[in-house]
Amino acid sequence: MIIKSIKGKGFSAFLLSAMVSLAIFSAPAIAGKKDDKALKKATKTCQKLYPSMTQGCGLSFSRRHGNCLGCHQIQKGAQPGNVGPPLIAMKARFPSRAVLREQIWDATVKNPNSLMPPFGRHQALSESQIDKITDFIHTL
Amino acid sequence: MKTTKTTIVLAALFGLVGGMTTNALAAQQDPSVQADINAFQNYFKNKFQHLSLNDFSKGPYAMSEDKRLQFDAIMEFPPFEDLVDKGEELWKTPFRNGKTYSSCFSGSDKTLRTAYPKWNSAKGKVETLEQAIVNCRVKNGEKKIGTGKGKLAWMSAYLTGIATGEVINVIVPKGNAKALAAYEQGKKEFYAKRGQLNLSCANCHVDNPGQRIRGNTLSPALGQITHFPVWRGKWAKKKGDGFGTIQRRYGGCNKQVRAKPRKRQKAAYNNLEYFHTAMSNGMEISGTEYRE
Repeated sequence: MIIKSIKGKGFSAFLLSAMVSLAIFSAPAIAGKKDDKALKKATKTCQKLYPSMTQGCGLSFSRRHGNCLGCHQIQKGAQPGNVGPPLIAMKARFPSRAVLREQIWDATVKNPNSLMPPFGRHQALSESQIDKITDFIHTL
Repeated sequence: MKTTKTTIVLAALFGLVGGMTTNALAAQQDPSVQADINAFQNYFKNKFQHLSLNDFSKGPYAMSEDKRLQFDAIMEFPPFEDLVDKGEELWKTPFRNGKTYSSCFSGSDKTLRTAYPKWNSAKGKVETLEQAIVNCRVKNGEKKIGTGKGKLAWMSAYLTGIATGEVINVIVPKGNAKALAAYEQGKKEFYAKRGQLNLSCANCHVDNPGQRIRGNTLSPALGQITHFPVWRGKWAKKKGDGFGTIQRRYGGCNKQVRAKPRKRQKAAYNNLEYFHTAMSNGMEISGTEYRE
């Protein structure tokens, strides 16, 4: 994984400062010390809550990755926001996994004023991270 | 027509007698701005019919009784009073040339807060109260100081405190194309999506006030500026004394949507503050307050 392979101190410091100072559109997919820490913490929580989907759940719960709980209720997820609809009955609402993935990749295609960040289009998450999150969300 | 002519003549007379400030006070609000203000305030009044106009100044604490109780408990013994006292002391201490901050402003200190940000026709740009204070220092041979926190925020908090109950009245002078353009730019900044998370100010604070992002309740944009500079628990924990100006807060909001914060006291934020404050015209300054 990208996040784990970049461990050099100087380089990750550079990445962090680059994330702050560069125009965000050109920023790389999330990778930095704080991000690693947030992901580790979320993944640990997920080992108990969703043991068969640890990675997807971790990326969804991490505040510095999907942070789905920022806006959506998810069963077993602590302190959810309520700006977006609860993520329940996902297979009924999104029979096609591909459509769900498109929604996560860029929700503004269907609704230009959507509050949901276009995770794929703005490279807030990598393509493989989006895949893992989609797999997890689709099981809810 | 007659009344307009009289107003202009009067404004000119006052202008001669009282200088720029009186002139600005006599200036009339641009009708398109007044229409925006009415629409903006009506939107919030309809959305939260149980709240009075001034209730909106309590932000997230106006949205839930439980939160309001927490807020009231903290405000019983405000953790920031010492700093506001320091601000008063700084404000009242004369410069080395013997002049005071008050000498840079006309009118009472008590109502200074209510007219800012103000259109400065000589410079052709919006001037915030914080910038006016820094300019006053420079004019009197003192050094510039930072506009985000520290001494300037304390002085500004003192001015907000003594303005408690005074009514906000930010004016975009009628018929002044440059002032209107600055206001429109601020409005655009407010409604435009920005940053990696692709969010506008309005997405959260117009479309979703009262809703939660994780555990945090979103405040309504109406009344957001009635109590700035604020003392934030978050800022006190991180570093510094907890006080910050509205433009420090804008920077924090921008970072949260992963957008590059704008430079403080430059056109983008000044124009945003111009629009943002004007939208709360008619509300009372509620004094310096605590925020999470």
